[in-house]
Amino acid sequence: MILFRHLLILLCGSLLIVSSGASLALEAKSGYEYIKPATRAMQDDDFENPGMLAVERGLELFNNKQAGARQSCAECHGEDGIEMDKKSIARYPVVDESNSAIMTLQQTIGECRKRTGSQALPANHADLIAMETFVRNLAIGEVVDVQTDGAAVALLEQGEAIFKTRYGLIDMSCAHCHGMYTGLMIRGQKISQGQANGFPAYRLDIGEMTNLEQRIQQCLTSMRAEPFAADSEEIKLLGLYLMSRSNGLKIETPAVRY
Amino acid sequence: MRIKAGVITFALLVSPLSGIADESRLPDDYCAWEVVDYAIEEPLCGLSGDAARGKQIVTDAYKGNCLACHLLPVDGVEAYGNIGPPLHGLASRMSEAQIRLRVVDTRHINPMSIMPGFYRDPRLINRPAKDYKGKTFLTAQQVEDVIAYLETLK
Repeated sequence: MILFRHLLILLCGSLLIVSSGASLALEAKSGYEYIKPATRAMQDDDFENPGMLAVERGLELFNNKQAGARQSCAECHGEDGIEMDKKSIARYPVVDESNSAIMTLQQTIGECRKRTGSQALPANHADLIAMETFVRNLAIGEVVDVQTDGAAVALLEQGEAIFKTRYGLIDMSCAHCHGMYTGLMIRGQKISQGQANGFPAYRLDIGEMTNLEQRIQQCLTSMRAEPFAADSEEIKLLGLYLMSRSNGLKIETPAVRY
Repeated sequence: MRIKAGVITFALLVSPLSGIADESRLPDDYCAWEVVDYAIEEPLCGLSGDAARGKQIVTDAYKGNCLACHLLPVDGVEAYGNIGPPLHGLASRMSEAQIRLRVVDTRHINPMSIMPGFYRDPRLINRPAKDYKGKTFLTAQQVEDVIAYLETLK
């Protein structure tokens, strides 16, 4: 009987631990929750949001035939992208099950450009970022829905390992700031969770549109680390992992961030 | 009597790292240091610090940049941070030798610490940018200056 009581206590105890653990799980919060009210207001007003210039530039590139191209994006995807599937956009970056390759939205746009004979652009060219911003903006309000099963599992593990690795002379990992110290202040800015749902975003700090891959590079540079190349495997793995952390958050492109 | 088990000599700590690239060899002027009982007793390279210079390094965003993370009794700071502990009265809580280890390489106290090691062995830095390869965050003199300033926070 005493044994039974002990077992009961043990069982209740472990249940308590499990339930309190669940309540401590990190709830995904958009960077929007961490920026200053004036920055939020800027993001919310299409006329004030500087990122809308990139959306307009992307729209122009989308609707019109590019130099050397046989057709425009709009000829397949509808004028102003009206026929694009928002849910498919929200799944980027996507994983190719056949070879476990990660495909970013920018890469897909680049492949489309290649197929239609448009001039090839280097990774993160301003026009590519404008098109990425335009396409992503079509899915504004849609919930981020990155694949987390199948071939994505192993890739996400690798991305998470990068997230937890220290880089550069400043010697911090992404997890340090965006995991341990979320909500506290660093150099006058509130530290966000490092969510990706607002990207490409307009960055007030540098006054430029920035996609997720570039933001990773900028973070590494400020850690005084050698940044990963724009089209490197590391940046795609980390980008996939970051976007998977944003699953369930609404797309805000173009967000305004510090 | 000093507890010898707590002694980590610096040479022992780094020697097993055989995979280190030649290009990141220790700079010629790097001074070895020794951790004893969670402290570094000897000033780096035997230098003595200057508190006034130390205060400048502490507040300079391109040098110590301490205010990015720590609250300090310095006036007129707008871009402050609070992820590290406040440093008011630090010298009344810790010895100079304990402060020295925390500035040099606090990971000997907390391996998960976010704080950069300002005089960490540069060969332990993962993927430094080209301009920073083989360099410490601060020079030995700057570290001693910072410690001299922190010593004034009583």
